[in-house]
Amino acid sequence: MAETTQSAEGGLSFHPLDQFEVYRLFGEGPVHWYTITNVTLWMAIAVLCIVLLLVMGTRKRAVVPNRTQSIAETLYGFIYTMVEDVTGKDGVKYFPYIFTLFIFILMSNFLGLLPMAFTTTSHIAVTAVLALAVFIAVTVIGFVKNGVSFLGLFWVSSAPLALRPILAVIEGISYFVRPVSHSIRLAGNVMAGHAVLKVFAGFAQVGLLIAPFAIFGVIAIYALEVLVAAIQAYVFTILTCVYLKDALHPSH
Amino acid sequence: MADTAVETGAEASGAGMPQLDLSTFPNQIFWLVVTLVVIYLILSRVALPRIGAVLAERQGTITNDIAAAEELKARAKEAEAAYDKALVDARAEAGKIVDEAKAEMQAELDAQMQKAEAEIAAQTAESQAAIAEIEAGASEAIKAVAKDTAKEIVAALGGKADARSVTAAVNARMKG
Repeated sequence: MAETTQSAEGGLSFHPLDQFEVYRLFGEGPVHWYTITNVTLWMAIAVLCIVLLLVMGTRKRAVVPNRTQSIAETLYGFIYTMVEDVTGKDGVKYFPYIFTLFIFILMSNFLGLLPMAFTTTSHIAVTAVLALAVFIAVTVIGFVKNGVSFLGLFWVSSAPLALRPILAVIEGISYFVRPVSHSIRLAGNVMAGHAVLKVFAGFAQVGLLIAPFAIFGVIAIYALEVLVAAIQAYVFTILTCVYLKDALHPSH
Repeated sequence: MADTAVETGAEASGAGMPQLDLSTFPNQIFWLVVTLVVIYLILSRVALPRIGAVLAERQGTITNDIAAAEELKARAKEAEAAYDKALVDARAEAGKIVDEAKAEMQAELDAQMQKAEAEIAAQTAESQAAIAEIEAGASEAIKAVAKDTAKEIVAALGGKADARSVTAAVNARMKG
């Protein structure tokens, strides 16, 4: 971090990507899989915030809720309704998994917007694991629930027979591209927003003439990023629900 | 192994995206899995059942309150109907009492009137009897006076008045 401040003072050489650096919190050395890094720290903070919001906030089990309990109940109701509406009644038993994904992404996105914070969801490694988990789970559920008839998802029976093999290829490609788009959409949005914020912040220290515009830009982009943080969590979750619906009811 | 990790990490931070630094992937994936498992356990064991229970309880409370409100409303309506009925009854009762009182008064009045009329009639009869008596007394006195006068006149004229014929003559005259 000391390097970046030095180079920033030197002129226009700022590093908008430095904020995404993964580094060990204690001591020197390589980053092993078990090393306690800033990833560990910010994921732990996310867990802590989730516990504060959803466990401590609902401690009183009040029939007339206070603010924190209201937020927890609203999130619960929002995702529950989404799962029920998109996947149907039989999708409700997957609600805890979907809610876990949603609350982790939402909390990580918002925590990442704190100044000096590390955004765990800006890393493709994280979002790829989330998306692959959804993809594998949905595929397994699809075959377990429907057996071989799950392949009917790729065989569009409403299309003319001649077109069906071509459609099957297209459907197959789109199915396997799902985890890619699912993960890159989230990481890309979050990363791009944070990088742009850093670029505007870099311009803010260039000169008095540019600084006001740059600071206004930072404010505007920050507001946009707050929106994006919530929307991307929502989009990831609703796509998970849509994929789950395909697995539960593969007929078009 | 450790050295290569340091080198690649340094390279990645020098140029390119840290997101594509494969050396940090195992670390991120490991901690992500730990985090997700922890969140899932907390949510599925504590948070979600609790929130679900609170929401269900609230729904139950609202349903009960609405039912109670409906019941109270029905009871209020009942009470109103009872009140209205009591009012109508009271009015009818009052009318009946008024009618009864009127009838009673009328009856008493009639009785008093009859009594008064009877009394008046009795008094009238008495008075008439008294008048008749007086009249009778008067005609007797006239008869006696007329007899005496007739006897005196007859005697004065020198005749001898027969008492019986004088009486008969007076009686005949009195009738005429």
